[in-house]
Amino acid sequence: MDEINSLLQGFAVVLTPMNMLLMVVGIVLGVLIGVLPGLGGANGVAILLPLTFTMTPTSAIIMLSCIYWGALFGGAITSILFNIPGEPWSVATTFDGYPMAQQGRAGEALTAAFTSSFIGAFVAVVMITFLAPLVAKFALKFGPPEFFAVYLLTFCSFVGMGKGSPFKILASMTLGFALASVGMDTVTGQLRLTFGWTELMRGFDFLIAVIGLFGIGEILLSMEEGLAFSGKHAKLDPKVVLATWKKLPQYWMTSVRSSLVGIWMGITPGGATPASFMSYGLAKKMSKDGNKFGTGQIEGVIAPETAAHAAGTSALLPMLALGIPGSPTAAVLLGGLLIWGLQPGPLLFVEQKDFVWGLIASMYLGNLVGLLVVLSTVPLFASILRIPFSIIAPVIIVICAIGAYTVHSAMLDIWFMLLFGIMGYMFKKLDYPLAPLVLALVLGDKAEDSFRQSMLLSQGELGIMYSNYLVGSITTLALILLFWPLISKGLNLIRPAKKDEFEADRPVD
Amino acid sequence: MSTSDRTDPAASKGPATYIVDAVVAVIVFFIGAVVIFGSRKLGSEWTSDGPGSGYFPFYIGLIMCISGAGIFYQALFSKKAKRNTNEFVDGEQLKRVLSVLLPAAVYVLAVQFIGLYIASALYIALFMVILGKFSWLKSIGIALCVNVLFFLMFEVWFKVPLFKGAYNMLDFLGY
Repeated sequence: MDEINSLLQGFAVVLTPMNMLLMVVGIVLGVLIGVLPGLGGANGVAILLPLTFTMTPTSAIIMLSCIYWGALFGGAITSILFNIPGEPWSVATTFDGYPMAQQGRAGEALTAAFTSSFIGAFVAVVMITFLAPLVAKFALKFGPPEFFAVYLLTFCSFVGMGKGSPFKILASMTLGFALASVGMDTVTGQLRLTFGWTELMRGFDFLIAVIGLFGIGEILLSMEEGLAFSGKHAKLDPKVVLATWKKLPQYWMTSVRSSLVGIWMGITPGGATPASFMSYGLAKKMSKDGNKFGTGQIEGVIAPETAAHAAGTSALLPMLALGIPGSPTAAVLLGGLLIWGLQPGPLLFVEQKDFVWGLIASMYLGNLVGLLVVLSTVPLFASILRIPFSIIAPVIIVICAIGAYTVHSAMLDIWFMLLFGIMGYMFKKLDYPLAPLVLALVLGDKAEDSFRQSMLLSQGELGIMYSNYLVGSITTLALILLFWPLISKGLNLIRPAKKDEFEADRPVD
Repeated sequence: MSTSDRTDPAASKGPATYIVDAVVAVIVFFIGAVVIFGSRKLGSEWTSDGPGSGYFPFYIGLIMCISGAGIFYQALFSKKAKRNTNEFVDGEQLKRVLSVLLPAAVYVLAVQFIGLYIASALYIALFMVILGKFSWLKSIGIALCVNVLFFLMFEVWFKVPLFKGAYNMLDFLGY
């Protein structure tokens, strides 16, 4: 069992007092970010990324990934207590979580949410531990065409699995690619699409885009709704926690099913939100209390939370093993790896063993620490949402501006951040998904490189995408997903599909 | 600001969502055209040593134009029932959004001249007084606390210098 050995070594790397401290700091910051409107996993990590430049990569990734876990936990707090989903994948948690809080069972709902988040993440980490090295080993044989096919699959699956107009998904994606190509061309050294503006030579950094799109855009949206938070009070009595824990094992089937749904959907990009809805729908169908869902059923909290966390955690598998992130937050973490001089992808498992296994070990510990931290500090975080929005809004805008500036120490970036903010607001209102834009901006250069290299190999023949079984089947799968909106329409003509009852509630992300 | 009662939505008619949708689609199409134009100029064809710099962006621009056209068509010519005729923003909402956006723009402009710390302190204090109706004392207190914390965090602890602006008024601190 090579993996177990490596994992134990990873624990040895992680278990230093400094790293444990960073872990707790990361979790607390993460929950804070998850609770505050306008800050979420992706832009929170993006803002805090520059602070880690002076740390060793292992310490830095431990802190940043803990911020991610914290943000995932934090989303549940706002969903249950305030009926405001902090992240798109916590929308399904509000269905039963908020009614429970209204009935005075907030403690029970929160305990169930946190515990099932932990279980979902744990199952996914176990999966990563054993599967990631295999995927990486397999991917070592990949050449440029295979990599381009995987990139293609990543982006096509946004179209195939996303909600809303496929044209909007494509537009958002190509906008990301276009922005990524601005600046110095990595192959020829030519300046591209700068139209004579030398400041654009640096190109558009995706961190700026993430901070603007998600941070400023979210603030504008919350402002429009004239947000006045009116939440339920939360106290987590240890007795309630224990009583809920006693109840949870009888729902083991829901947990197992939701974890599997989460893992399956999480490996494909943008999977956490559909995973949480799918798992909620399945739980409703399979449970004997199915018709009571929506009125405060504990199962209705367990199912989406387990799936969302399993998906959020599995999103790190393709990032580690292939260098292809499955979610915007994973994309930001990937950007961090590049900044610290690490090349994400299959070679990471060979060349940076300490780093990879340290990260995987920190996933186990981080989620455990996270569970303990959130269970003990919920009232504190809930009280943050009671701070008036007119204090929170300017402070968050200032934090975003600082975050945007520190990326390249460039003043112009703060202006770009503001522009991206307006864009994020418009896109959110018009149901354009933002995740494909961010992922395209991050992966643009690498996808283009692999495309060019493949074209060089084949002297411009697109036929190289079908040169062997492996690349051919990935490409075919990608094309099926790309044309899925058309295919499913065609299938509907032959045999009308069952209507998805939660379709209308699912946000575009 | 936040809880002020909503004006009657019928009183102020903004453009319907599908119109805004169509306008944004035109912008997307236009950006796509710019990308195509830019990459044609760079050389989007096969050069002697492989694909030119504009080879990949050319196709990106092409897909962008197609999707822009698609969104435009869906927004204006899809079935009436599917069309989103809700108002994009009503007057009250627009006012609220602008009440954050415009000060934010002024704030960024201020950062350019007087640097992040002073501009941020002013911004937070003024935002609280004008939009939040807090007392001056409380607002200035919170603004100062937040910025002293940021200063300590960035300049002192993590040693990441922030923008001090064209006219550095914090020169005397020695950072």
